[in-house]
Amino acid sequence: MENETGDVLLIGYGNPGRLDDGLGPALAREIEKLDIPGVNVDADYQLNVEDAAEAARHHTVVFADADTGGPEPFWLKRIEPAGSGVSFSSHSVDPRAILALARDLFGAEPEAFLLGIRGYEFNGFGEGLSERAEANLAAAAKHLEEALRRGAIEEIRPEGWDHSRLRTGTESEDDR
Amino acid sequence: MAGGYKKRVIIEPVTRVEGHGKVSIYLDENNKVNQARLHIVEFRGFERFVQGRPFWEVPVLVQRLCGICPVSHHLCAAKAMDKIVGVDKLTPTGEKMRRLMHYGQTFQSHALHFFHLASPDLLFGFDAPVAKRNVIGVAAEYPELAVQGVMMRKYGQEVIRATAGKKIHGTGAIPGGINKNLTIAERDEFLADIDQMLEWCRGAVKVAKDYTVENLEKLAPFGSFDSNHVSLVREDGCMDLYDGVLRAIDAQGNIIFDGMDPQDYLQYIAEEVRDWSYMKFPFIKSIGPEDGWYRVGPLARVNACDFIDTPEAEAARKEFMAVTNGKPNNITMAYHWTRMIELLHAGEKIQELLHDKDLQGTDLVAKGKRRPEAAAILEAPRGTLFHHYRVNEDDQVTMANLIVSTTNNNEPMNRAVRKVAEDHISGVPEITEGLLNHIEVAIRAYDPCLSCATHALGKMPLEVVLRDAEGKVVDRKKTA
Repeated sequence: MENETGDVLLIGYGNPGRLDDGLGPALAREIEKLDIPGVNVDADYQLNVEDAAEAARHHTVVFADADTGGPEPFWLKRIEPAGSGVSFSSHSVDPRAILALARDLFGAEPEAFLLGIRGYEFNGFGEGLSERAEANLAAAAKHLEEALRRGAIEEIRPEGWDHSRLRTGTESEDDR
Repeated sequence: MAGGYKKRVIIEPVTRVEGHGKVSIYLDENNKVNQARLHIVEFRGFERFVQGRPFWEVPVLVQRLCGICPVSHHLCAAKAMDKIVGVDKLTPTGEKMRRLMHYGQTFQSHALHFFHLASPDLLFGFDAPVAKRNVIGVAAEYPELAVQGVMMRKYGQEVIRATAGKKIHGTGAIPGGINKNLTIAERDEFLADIDQMLEWCRGAVKVAKDYTVENLEKLAPFGSFDSNHVSLVREDGCMDLYDGVLRAIDAQGNIIFDGMDPQDYLQYIAEEVRDWSYMKFPFIKSIGPEDGWYRVGPLARVNACDFIDTPEAEAARKEFMAVTNGKPNNITMAYHWTRMIELLHAGEKIQELLHDKDLQGTDLVAKGKRRPEAAAILEAPRGTLFHHYRVNEDDQVTMANLIVSTTNNNEPMNRAVRKVAEDHISGVPEITEGLLNHIEVAIRAYDPCLSCATHALGKMPLEVVLRDAEGKVVDRKKTA
């Protein structure tokens, strides 16, 4: 079932009821509206094991999540499958683990990227993004739209790039 | 209170448990466990969040509580709002669509819990290397099981998508009914795969049963203790995960109360607050806080019901009850076996519903006379879930009280942690990772639902509080 659809899957994840944590689903909503040919869009509260089955059916996968402290307005990084040492919980599965499951269970190795959009407000219940997060979302959506229409996604590493503080293991070995 | 301890071992975060928790183990000068506690970072603010919101928004709003069981909150709130709009009985299409959604939720959650969370411990042992003890390890050595777990979870999620409308902010259930039926195309898509799902369910029951029976000597004392059990049942005593009356039994199977109307839950259940935990500790009022705590979830449901109305799950239930000669089973690790019995039951229910033409009906919403207050109870995958609301004349929610499954299991989880700590850590000079995992194995039997926390990159809202023997805070650390 490798690359059955031969196109792009965007998965935006996060909780829209926790302010800027909803940046991932918000990006998914923006891209879905564009109805770009060959681009499938999904959104959920968090990644989970079944996303591996869907990822395996696509040539390229973009995971989009809110980032609490990274460079503004967003970053975009190529990621590879990884299993050992990757954090697991039913609350959220690391995107690299999704790729590892896609490879190990379904024999597929889609090209994959992680898109982190900088957010600021995470510590309350409430719907809606902060003003600055909205601006970062707009920048990320614009960039991703252009990349998807062009058919070429490339890494974006803004000034101040530092993955060492990330605790979800999204950095690859060469970033450490 | 843990007095006189010398060393403290803190495990955090508890892995493969939703959200975030912290376990504190208090050791005395001889490395004996003095006290062990599970602290859960739970945000009680949600009950305030819904205040002031129009009541018809609540079934959608409450899904933000939990990323794993949003459907349980969605349906429980909708059931409460049915009462608010004066509807005591839904249309057949409304009732059956909601049940299909609920069994889809149970199906995906139980599959995820067993294959993704628990199976690494069962397949590789509690002391296996941590790098191996995860679903990637299962995928490497047991790829067939791993694929089954992933595909069953996906099937349940697709049932939810078809009945709730979408994965995030599903709007399927509305006060008094539902807003869509199931199309023929959707039905046929699910029917095409249901036989395969049921076959895998049978295999999952066998895996859980064989593991439990073969390791009974080791598992029976593991984090175990006698307890009361609370569950919804149908009025005739049948297992019913969506609706019914509340029943409580003691550790020997004697009825404590039965046939309780969900509207009257405050007459039977109270909640105690303790100074060391953010979470409440519910108990059965007639017994009191000391001995009135209880367990909920698959083990409690299988113990409390008289029978299951789907044939294969009922046969599996009888096999399970035979282990204890028909008496309640109080083995904590038996949660997994009962969870798989419920997985099979949910699969059978989904199959039964898919063949029911009422799912294509067009009478979706019932009407009634407004009420100011309502409570509802649902059996969420991890256990009994209570939603209670008051609504004013302007249709705004003025009060919300939620008792989630994890809260109901709060005291049992603490007891399980303490029991395992006493049995496996006391007297050991060095705390190994394998020993620490024993604690986590006990917690994972219940699988607390702590997904009220955010999970964004770089964010892990953990707080460590150190207290001395008098309870004084000597250090406090919060992760960035």
